[in-house]
Amino acid sequence: MSEFFDPYNADRPLMMKCSCGRDHSVADHHAEVAADSAAIELRRRSESAEFEAYSNEFIEATLVKALFPHDEERRRFLRAVGKGTAMAAIASVLPVASMQAMAQEKQGALEKTDLKIGFIPITCATPLIMAHPLGFYQKQGLNVSVTKTAGWALVRDKMINKEYDASHFLSPMPLAISMGLGSNATPMNVATIQNINGQAITLALKHKDNRDPKNWKGFKFGIPFDYSMHNFLLRYYLAENGLNPDTDVQLRVIPPAEMVANLRAGNIDGFLGPDPFNQRAVFDEVGFIHVLTKDLWNGHPCCAFGTSTEFIQKNPNTFAALYRAVLTAAAMARQPKNRELIAKVIAPSQYLNQPEAVLNQVLSGKFADGLGKIQNVPDRADFDPMPWQSMAVWMLTQMKRWGYVKGDVNYQQIAEKVFLITDARKHMKDLGIEFKAGPTYAKHTIMGKEFDPAKADAYLKSFPISKV
Amino acid sequence: MKTTSLNLRAAVVSLLIFACFIGAWQLATSGPSIGGSSAGMTAEEIEYAKMMGKDPGTEKSSGFPPPIEVARASWAHLSDPFYDKGPNDKGIGIQLAHSLGRVGLGFLLAMVVALPMGFLIGMSPLMQKAFNPFVQVLKPISPLAWMPLALYTLKDSDVSGIFVIFICSIWPMLINTAFGVAGVKREWLNVASTLEVNPLRKAFQVILPAAAPTILTGMRISMGIAWLVIVAAEMLVGGTGIGYFVWNEWNNLSLTNVIFAVLLIGVVGMLLDLVFAQLQKAVTYVE
Repeated sequence: MSEFFDPYNADRPLMMKCSCGRDHSVADHHAEVAADSAAIELRRRSESAEFEAYSNEFIEATLVKALFPHDEERRRFLRAVGKGTAMAAIASVLPVASMQAMAQEKQGALEKTDLKIGFIPITCATPLIMAHPLGFYQKQGLNVSVTKTAGWALVRDKMINKEYDASHFLSPMPLAISMGLGSNATPMNVATIQNINGQAITLALKHKDNRDPKNWKGFKFGIPFDYSMHNFLLRYYLAENGLNPDTDVQLRVIPPAEMVANLRAGNIDGFLGPDPFNQRAVFDEVGFIHVLTKDLWNGHPCCAFGTSTEFIQKNPNTFAALYRAVLTAAAMARQPKNRELIAKVIAPSQYLNQPEAVLNQVLSGKFADGLGKIQNVPDRADFDPMPWQSMAVWMLTQMKRWGYVKGDVNYQQIAEKVFLITDARKHMKDLGIEFKAGPTYAKHTIMGKEFDPAKADAYLKSFPISKV
Repeated sequence: MKTTSLNLRAAVVSLLIFACFIGAWQLATSGPSIGGSSAGMTAEEIEYAKMMGKDPGTEKSSGFPPPIEVARASWAHLSDPFYDKGPNDKGIGIQLAHSLGRVGLGFLLAMVVALPMGFLIGMSPLMQKAFNPFVQVLKPISPLAWMPLALYTLKDSDVSGIFVIFICSIWPMLINTAFGVAGVKREWLNVASTLEVNPLRKAFQVILPAAAPTILTGMRISMGIAWLVIVAAEMLVGGTGIGYFVWNEWNNLSLTNVIFAVLLIGVVGMLLDLVFAQLQKAVTYVE
């Protein structure tokens, strides 16, 4: 109780309430002050010339990477036209045009300044959320309210209903919504990926001596949503280990918080879920982290930031401003030195409503694994906003693999429509800037196997366990 | 004299039951406190313990919270009920106001539809037979089942919440109104027709007062259901309200706050019921 009343301490005032005058405990007050000062410190860092240079470079690098996913091609282009022309060309064609210039010149009036953005309270949404307390939206002239949403199905419905202007998505969701899977077909776009990695397979403590997936027949697993990387990665992992995810185990759609409660109750054996709930299961001593998804596919996308195609068409300048704010936040979240403060900023109840200790372990990558060991994986969660279309193709192959999509799928067409890298290539051609167009698709290595988006169907047919 | 002593004794027994309940709760939840000393631990073990929230010297609340903790959380919530920190964090008073507003609106709409329809059905045996299958089919549908349909068709989560209250609280009012109207004594109606009272006057001066107690019983049941439904609806739709508060704390795995909310929901439900009990008393008459 000494934390509340400390009558014999000469250095502390004896008050029945917090010395700030508000009616909350001293501990609450400290937490609040810590969050505020962390936000102030981060804001200060974001205003430093160093960060601005870094952030501008980051954003430009993201865009250039979008245009030229192959390094060789980029070099060839630069050698052919020179840096100055290249920069001018990029600046002139991107809908999210040269961020640097736009940030200062404020070209184009904003069509809409009061925006509502939805998010699900998980660490994947970090850039989207932190842009709010750090004032990144405001700096772009936007008055954004970020609204916590009760579930993914509701995010989908509120985007279709236009209650939200933009939202946090699971990255396969915009593909599914655009294709009309589980909803009316409404064209959606992924503007940026929010986070890469950052998920894990968590198992109940009773399975700590049963770590071989081959013995997991009959297990029950939680996943947050059908159209999620969580579902696809878990299915992939199980199938690689010889289990058919449709017949050998049970996969249940459960909201993340309930995954921990179900794990405690013994209703499920494990889950592949978003953080902080993997770490929360460890913190609450009900589970351990079996494997980080980073070890299945290092750099895999998870959640995304997107909006409807209609919104972008109606409000191109607003969209560009929003895009800049989120990218700036992603640039900040990428730097490991900021992570501890970010954990403080997003922990309060209006955002994630989680213990800061848990968030800090997720974001810093130095965490207790639930088996008595401290692991140090700095890239456990990272924030790389690049929406590779090849990633979309991979998701589509998995949707087809598990029977979510039937018949022929034009992978590249859908991927290019939804995963908005930019229409830059087309615009460049219109401007008469010639460059050899190679595929805008990168290859990925997933569980030791190479995925070449150009040969998606062959990849799909190479799996022994599949519905195709 | 006798009744006061009975009341007094009942109060004493109530208090005793309450004390026993709290005592049992306290006993059941007072496990050994986690934390303890760090003696004999390696540096890594100490760091691990800290990561698990077991910083030596501090207490970590895990498991079911004891009553004192709930009391403390309740006090914290109740002492600052109207703070507003953006759309996701509002004081409990504001949340309750949102819930009550939704319930009030949905209930009012239900009343506007149910009372006239109840009159119609109650006064005409034909209508009663014709409507009966629909009422029987629609009555048992859970609010959660209505929600996706409402969201899809109404395209607004707030309106959907109100619609769900409406659709779930309409049935008891409708059935009770019909029942009350149908049960008005034949002699009274006969007297009315003998006096050649016009139909409007008959409805308002004969049937309504006669059926009022039954109608109010229906309204009372409906209000109970509406309050029951709002929590489920708001947990699903999110945004604001006491249901959202429960969902948010469930997301935080904070049983303490959930228990506080559950108690509060109970108390508000009781108050709402009391209001209708008073109204019922006011319209009841002794023959």
